[in-house]
Amino acid sequence: MTAIDASPSVMGDPDENGRFGRFGGRYVPETLVPACAELEDAFREAWSDPEFIKEFHDLLRDYAGRPSPVTECHNLSAELGFRVLLKREDLNHTGSHKINNVLGQALLAKRMGKTRLVAETGAGQHGVATATAAALLGMECIVFMGEVDMKRQALNVFRMRLLGSEVRAAMSGSRTLKDAVNEAMRYWVAAVESTYYCLGSVMGPHPYPWMVREFHRVIGNEAREQCAELLGPDSNGGVPDVVVACVGGGSNAIGIFSGFADTNAELVGAEPSLGAAVGRQVPGVVHGSMSYLMQDEFGQVQEAHSVSAGLDYPGVGPEHAHLAEIGRARYEPVTDSEVIEAFQLMSRTEGIIPALEPAHGLAWMVKAKDELAGKTVLLNMSGRGDKDVAQVQAILDGDVEALEMMRS
Amino acid sequence: MTVTPTTWKPGTLEASLRAKRDAGQKLLLPYVTGGYPINDWPRLIEGFASVGADAIEIGIPFSDPVMDGPTIQEASSLALGEGSNPAAVLAEVAKTDPGIPLIAMTYYNICFHMGHERFASSLKEAGISAAILPDLPLEEVEEWAAVADEHEIETVLLAAPTAPDERLPRIVSRSRGFVYGVGLVGITGERAELASSALEMARRLKDTTDLPVVIGIGVSSPEQAAEVAEVADGVVVASAIIRKMLEGGTPEDAISFVGELRAALDGV
Ligand SMILES: Cc1ncc(COP(=O)(O)O)c(C=O)c1O
Repeated sequence: MTAIDASPSVMGDPDENGRFGRFGGRYVPETLVPACAELEDAFREAWSDPEFIKEFHDLLRDYAGRPSPVTECHNLSAELGFRVLLKREDLNHTGSHKINNVLGQALLAKRMGKTRLVAETGAGQHGVATATAAALLGMECIVFMGEVDMKRQALNVFRMRLLGSEVRAAMSGSRTLKDAVNEAMRYWVAAVESTYYCLGSVMGPHPYPWMVREFHRVIGNEAREQCAELLGPDSNGGVPDVVVACVGGGSNAIGIFSGFADTNAELVGAEPSLGAAVGRQVPGVVHGSMSYLMQDEFGQVQEAHSVSAGLDYPGVGPEHAHLAEIGRARYEPVTDSEVIEAFQLMSRTEGIIPALEPAHGLAWMVKAKDELAGKTVLLNMSGRGDKDVAQVQAILDGDVEALEMMRS
Repeated sequence: MTVTPTTWKPGTLEASLRAKRDAGQKLLLPYVTGGYPINDWPRLIEGFASVGADAIEIGIPFSDPVMDGPTIQEASSLALGEGSNPAAVLAEVAKTDPGIPLIAMTYYNICFHMGHERFASSLKEAGISAAILPDLPLEEVEEWAAVADEHEIETVLLAAPTAPDERLPRIVSRSRGFVYGVGLVGITGERAELASSALEMARRLKDTTDLPVVIGIGVSSPEQAAEVAEVADGVVVASAIIRKMLEGGTPEDAISFVGELRAALDGV
């Protein structure tokens, strides 16, 4: 293994301008600058208040069901030839890691005296989590979702409505996650005084990439302890050799990476091959921060394509761009068909139906089987697959009509 | 890209606006989307100038315009759909000779991707003297603005109603050309009534600076333009002009609407 910079400053706090290396910042319309500054102050204050932290951890435990277990996959390990561990974020309330961030932000919004949450969603998992927190804390909630995604993830649209939220279709551009973010930002620009923007990943203007990471840090912290116990000191000091996560905006990956950044574990992010912002390494600015961004020769943002609505995003959180640039993490592409294979493999061998997003992580592991032989690999199982079974059924049945309906 | 406008020198947006303001004229800055309507849009530049525009904002369409409402979004996406791109827009602008300053309005990624040096020199070559980048606020602007200053491209900053008082002097002191007061808390688009925040913004800025104070966003009609100009030095009008054409009006209809705006401002 090549030398890994495991100094504690890796994945430390961003600088005073919200930068991780050269990435990050606060590229927002002037109207939003004071709101971002106010949010930064409120977060700094809350995050150093033991009472806020206790309130957050109580909710994570009593409401979200944390800690989530680490499961050793004996069958899959036998099949693949390396030791596979899963961090079970799929077992959280609402079915994915998204609830961690949302509970943190909703508590903060309440503390700031805001009465309404606005959010964007891709697969619907962040939208459902936000709608859930809004119901719990008695707040109004509006979720923007690309029209294409509303079809792909119709059940999540119904869930959000059932939870008392309003779901609004984003009709512009590719009508997927990027456009939902545009609409949510436009809404926020107009309603900034009463409304809290509950961003769903480690992206957007400072302080979001940092704050969202801090709320997801619990994934990595728990996993570090659980691995130490499970693996024992003789197995690489109780640390897995490789930590894998899928990367859309990058929140579940940042969450689990943060627990292992100061170890010798290799950190690997799996990106959809047609949504591989980090893989392409072209820097750009959209949605409030500088990061890697899929764009054409003129700087127009390109549309990502992925079987998974949650990863259908042309950008990536700025800290991932930084981790890639300094070589602390690597990012690998996987194709839709490799993902569908992995989705079935996990279901068949372990009795765990994964969401299509974390199936990207497994798809990379299958591809990298030789390189991983004999190692211990921890995969962040960021969500469960219930939301995706209808889509996968249509794909496997070759049901063109159903797929058309879901895609456009 | 060789024709350079002859009647004014690039980099003189501020001088031009100040001179007119000081002579008692209210300033009119209409907006054109580069590439919409396809083929006709360059004609709007000289057309607007001929009916009394004092400077023209030329939008270089961007795929993800977060400060824009449905009207500008639609014009941008129609233009992009027809293949509009920054180089083509600038090449067309270079062929015009409106005799008034031109201002490029786009999002930062267009500038960043081209490179600061190249973007600044491309604007200058096209005869454009200023730039508005609405997603590049004060805290992020310096790297670009320093390069722009060197090339005599004036970077106009926005000031919004949400800014605390202490922020306004810092914005106006970095702003070149004029200061763009955001008329309301929201994105571009027409409103039935002028927001009270527009007058409030104009007053706060007038109390802060001697730079020309121009209010835009939500200024939708000749009446509203006149109302804001009671306090502000001038107005930017965008969506109301573009909508005329999206709803089937000709470029001549848009030009005559700009003439109506001029007349209303002259009555102030
Ligand atoms: C289960 C699951 N994993 C991952 C993601 C992608 O988000 P991120 O990259 O921020 O973890 C989503 C987004 O919807 C998701 O639902």
